Amino acid sequence: MHSHAGSGRSPRGPGMRVTSSVGVDGGRQKMSQTAVSAEEAQATPPPARGGKQPPSRKTTRLVVSIGLIAIAALIIFLFIAPQPDDPRPVSLGFSLNSFFQWLGNLGPLVQIPVVLVVFGVVVALLLVLIEYAPRQGRGYFWLRLIACFAIPVLALMLLRPYQGAVIFVIPIAVIAGGLLFYVDYRARQGAGYLFQLTLFMAPAAILVLVGLVYPTIATFIQSFYDKTGDNFVGLENYVWAFTNPQGFWSIVNTIIWAIFAPVFATILGLAYAAFMERARGDRILKVLMLVPFAFAGVSMSIIWKFVYDYRQGEQIGLLNAIVVAFGGDPVRWLDIWPLVNTFCLLFVFVWAQTGFAMVVLSAAIKAVPVEQLEAAQLDGTSAWQRFINVTVPGIRTSIVVVLTTITIAALKLYDIVAVMTGGRSNSTVLGFEMVNQQQRFQSFGHSAALAVLIFVLVTPLLIYNVRQLRKQREVQ
Amino acid sequence: MTAVETKSTPQFDKAAARKVDRQTRRLESQAQKRLSSPLATIIAIAIAMLWTIPTLGLFITSFRPGADSATTGWWTVFTDPDFTLGNYQAALTSGGTALTLGQSFLNSLAITIPVTIFALAVAALAAYAFAWMDFKGRGFLFVAVFALQIVPIQMALVPLLSLFSRGLEIGDVAIFPGLEMREVDHSFATVWIAHTIFAMPLAIFLLHNFISQIPGDVIEAARVDGAGHGQIFFRIVLPLSGPALAAFAIFEFIWVWNDLLVATIFAPTSSLPMTQTLNSLSGSWGDQWFLLSAGAFLVLIVPVIVFLSLQRYFVRGLMAGATKG
Repeated sequence: MHSHAGSGRSPRGPGMRVTSSVGVDGGRQKMSQTAVSAEEAQATPPPARGGKQPPSRKTTRLVVSIGLIAIAALIIFLFIAPQPDDPRPVSLGFSLNSFFQWLGNLGPLVQIPVVLVVFGVVVALLLVLIEYAPRQGRGYFWLRLIACFAIPVLALMLLRPYQGAVIFVIPIAVIAGGLLFYVDYRARQGAGYLFQLTLFMAPAAILVLVGLVYPTIATFIQSFYDKTGDNFVGLENYVWAFTNPQGFWSIVNTIIWAIFAPVFATILGLAYAAFMERARGDRILKVLMLVPFAFAGVSMSIIWKFVYDYRQGEQIGLLNAIVVAFGGDPVRWLDIWPLVNTFCLLFVFVWAQTGFAMVVLSAAIKAVPVEQLEAAQLDGTSAWQRFINVTVPGIRTSIVVVLTTITIAALKLYDIVAVMTGGRSNSTVLGFEMVNQQQRFQSFGHSAALAVLIFVLVTPLLIYNVRQLRKQREVQ
Repeated sequence: MTAVETKSTPQFDKAAARKVDRQTRRLESQAQKRLSSPLATIIAIAIAMLWTIPTLGLFITSFRPGADSATTGWWTVFTDPDFTLGNYQAALTSGGTALTLGQSFLNSLAITIPVTIFALAVAALAAYAFAWMDFKGRGFLFVAVFALQIVPIQMALVPLLSLFSRGLEIGDVAIFPGLEMREVDHSFATVWIAHTIFAMPLAIFLLHNFISQIPGDVIEAARVDGAGHGQIFFRIVLPLSGPALAAFAIFEFIWVWNDLLVATIFAPTSSLPMTQTLNSLSGSWGDQWFLLSAGAFLVLIVPVIVFLSLQRYFVRGLMAGATKG
């Protein structure tokens, strides 16, 4: 029922009759409705309003199951129905597509206010519905009823279903809307509660389901299919990932990134936070450290590419200039494999993340009780001992948070590798190689398998974080 | 931290509270003085300088004439200063057949500003429902949203792209067509939607943490006065969540502005943001550091201004995101 409420602005159908029958409630609604509803009213017991007599759960469940079965049946019919040879989209004369086309032909800056006004109007309508719909009375009853049917149908029609699909899509939308109305009408919390909840949640729920949940599942499935996505190949893509040099090095390098980047960044951030704690003018020092965190990956990469620059003759890259000044030969930092180029890239990431680690850890250090430090000082401990034995244990949780956050970011990394080497000299990582396979080689199976590998590497951290959240919420 | 909490508890006797406050501050500054050591200051400054030198080097290069920066190191300006603004002009206007950085600056604005607002509004609605409406499975759904924030977006990129371009087709059954944006001048629709989607989990999580901290009495009082959820959300929760909204808005703005991955996958060629344009120009500019350096700073100027001017909110958002997630 609730999962339905979350996603359920879309489905509906022949349950309309059932729904309208409910309209005839406790005499208040009079017989303003069709004869059909009068007949139906006898079939289902009229529900009482406002908790006088809680509506029967059994009936509600029965109707919901019938509705869901009807939706499922419609979906099955949709799949077995003969496909027209030349499917053409059906729209109401306007659609999301036509709106975006019109918008896209305006200047980039003009689009900002226009799209924000349109979006604002939609959100305002949503809030007005949320505010007024749950009130009691005939007008509000109709408001809910119309909204429940109109919004899903309109929303699906804005997507321009194909001719062959439209005769199924509309009934699905109608049944779902009807179900929502019915369930909402009979909800324990009073009519309108579920309606409000649905409106609050629906935009985010639709975005997350369509844009994150469905694609994630689709990527999993795609990783077992070949390049084009038509033929099942089993684990072949994964075998490729571990045996092909690009795939293999992207895995190895990603693991190197995930281990060293968080450790370096956290140690540096912690050291800096500790020194800063005892330094004057700490505000400016903090900002200097944190600013790189706000830089675009592209800009960071160019900044560091310049540091690593290599050429014949006089060096203009700082690192090689230092090497030469000490009598060495200039080095092609980004082309030396193994390890050197990966660590050169990795350090750029560390450079940016240290500021983040420093800010979080410095706040944690400030929260360590001064008494503990003073007590340790009275015991005659050195500053280093105090730091290791009092401060570090006191901020352990923050250290773990910083480590996990940076590890997750390192596993997903794309831009530094893309800009600085483009995966050259075996410096590739999973996050980059995945896009590379998709864009350059149109190899969707390989790309999906690499994405799944990132997911697999992230999973332990995901489980750990979810556990932590659970604990936190239990405490509250 | 304790001092702040004391301050915000109105039940305390105000005068006493102020006294405690003053005392705390004095003690803190005393402790600070006693603890601060010149050695620590020097080391901290040294690290900060080390951290700044790469940026400084490129920054100086961006003002040096191309002929100079190609032959001598940027550190030679200290003995032989020679500056120009021409690099920035050249970087903004040279693009060959592709977009120039100037044009894609507008695209970056047109992508970033709407996305920030979309994400905030949609997430705030959901966060409110998670915080103040009761429903079955709320705890589980919330944890699921949180978990999604860790799932790499790489998992979602390709199927989402095909939803946009080819529509919904399951097997041989075509249900919805994709968006037809090929003949459009500047279509940002796909980037807007993709960015908004990818912002959802973190946005809902952060805003929920804040919105759920609003005292229940305030909400209850409004309800007694006859306000429904719509009014409570708009008139009470939104204004009270100002700091959280600002923190997330800054975060999202900087994130979207700096993004390269989502733009690479979803933006049509005429709608590329600065990051992607700079990335592709960096190929054709090759070793022309006077152009590259100016380009790099043109891209980072906006987020750095936003960051410096709204630093406090940014750090607050960072802490909220980190300490909880």
